[in-house]
Amino acid sequence: MQQEWDIPPPPDQSVADPASFSGIVVEGVSKSFGTKVVLDGADLLIHKGETIVIIGRSGEGKSVLLKHIVRLLEPDAGRIWVEGSDVQTLEDGPLMELRRKFGFLFQGAALFDSMTICRNIGLALEEHTDWPAAKIRARACECLAQVGLVGAEDKLPSELSGGMKKRAGLARAIVMEPRYILYDEPTTGLDPITSDTINDLIIELQKDLGVTSIVVTHDMPSAFKIADRMAMLSRGRIVFTGTVDEVRTTAHPMVRQFIEGRSQGPLGTF
Amino acid sequence: MKSLLASIGRAVTDGLDGAGRGVLLLRAILFQTPHVWRMRREIIEQMQIVAIGSLPVVVVTSIFVGAVTAVQGVYQMQAYVPMKFLGTVISKSVFIELGPVLMALVVGSRLCANYAAELGSMKVTEQLDAMTIMAIDPNRFLAMPRFWAAVLMMPVLTVFCDLIAVLGGYATSVLTLDVSSGVFIEGLQMFYKHSDLLGGLIKSFVFGGIIAMSGIYYGFNTRGGAEGVGRSTMTAVVGSCLSVLVADYLLAIVLFQIVFEST
Repeated sequence: MQQEWDIPPPPDQSVADPASFSGIVVEGVSKSFGTKVVLDGADLLIHKGETIVIIGRSGEGKSVLLKHIVRLLEPDAGRIWVEGSDVQTLEDGPLMELRRKFGFLFQGAALFDSMTICRNIGLALEEHTDWPAAKIRARACECLAQVGLVGAEDKLPSELSGGMKKRAGLARAIVMEPRYILYDEPTTGLDPITSDTINDLIIELQKDLGVTSIVVTHDMPSAFKIADRMAMLSRGRIVFTGTVDEVRTTAHPMVRQFIEGRSQGPLGTF
Repeated sequence: MKSLLASIGRAVTDGLDGAGRGVLLLRAILFQTPHVWRMRREIIEQMQIVAIGSLPVVVVTSIFVGAVTAVQGVYQMQAYVPMKFLGTVISKSVFIELGPVLMALVVGSRLCANYAAELGSMKVTEQLDAMTIMAIDPNRFLAMPRFWAAVLMMPVLTVFCDLIAVLGGYATSVLTLDVSSGVFIEGLQMFYKHSDLLGGLIKSFVFGGIIAMSGIYYGFNTRGGAEGVGRSTMTAVVGSCLSVLVADYLLAIVLFQIVFEST
């Protein structure tokens, strides 16, 4: 017989006026792929300058939610507001302007494999500034130094290890000095030491550049280390939000099951 | 019966949807054309891939196209038509039909597969998403240079093919088929019309567009992993070859029955 779980209602993530909210508002976002419902009315508030970590089981739609924020995906229903702009209604020009405020570290780094690391990092500068090539290269090298990849500028992505690719991807994400950095599984597939190096980089970037970071992960040690606040996504909705201490002490059965890594519980029963 | 009708209906709507999205992609690429100067580095890079990368296959194909046309021409003509028309047969066949169509099928397949596989791999490894996040339009940065490289270089390769095929036909005729050099050259000049060459070049220009669009469209719409890349590459090449043959028929009517016939 299936056990009944006492699951509290989802946290209230509404704001009176999303158009005047300085951070990001995700309002009732739903998305299906064919018959599979991935997001089902997800609500989330992301405050300016914070590092929020979105946790949840694999396949729950964490990356899908991240891609909606920069309109790489269009929601079936719901809206997303970034600094008061409704992302779904933006024309091409303003959308491009908005995207320039974002850096995105993809799960597989998504480096352009036909370009050197230096050009991968400098491409956005080539496209959006009139800087000379030497200045672009210098900035690319500076970003590489920031992520501890000095000397990799003339290598191709295929010549780098998984951890180095992630760091190069991070250098590319910060080259335009974005206000927001989105991290999609930044430590997945890395050894514990490289993972911790990436965690330190995320914390340093947040401190040095004052960016708002949104991190999607199911790596709990990493999440506890870098988060100011955590949100849990399950069954297409944000079911819990709270600070790191609140996550550690909550009695919410879904969060408890997830952070304790138990197969038995409300998350394992569907 | 119902499921058969449903399948046909789905195939028709999918086809129309694909055609519509193809037209939108073409429109997006053409809208990016004012950025040609800014994208010159990528366009030149792509032109080199089209031209230099295709040279060996163009040379081999062209030599044998000329040689086979000469052999077939002699076989068909020997009892009925004077050999002085052999050069005419070869030049007209090559300029009007064989040059542009074979280049579109041979070089086009190579190019189309290259575009679909490269862009498809970029799609499935999120490189296209990464470009979009960097506020760089993939239609401008990736599609437009490839489109214009194919459209501009296909006529160049076709002229090259025409030249080598005629030389191949000449060498075969003179060296192995007992046709004298003077007779062959007289035939070449006899009924030559600029419209033959021009018609072939217009065809290859259009074929270049078809090949590029097929590769880019299927590349950008790749789904899944390695299997998806393989599937979209195969579909792109098949789609390109079939479209070239259909377009060849339509262009033959438009160019040689309407445009050049009336001038």
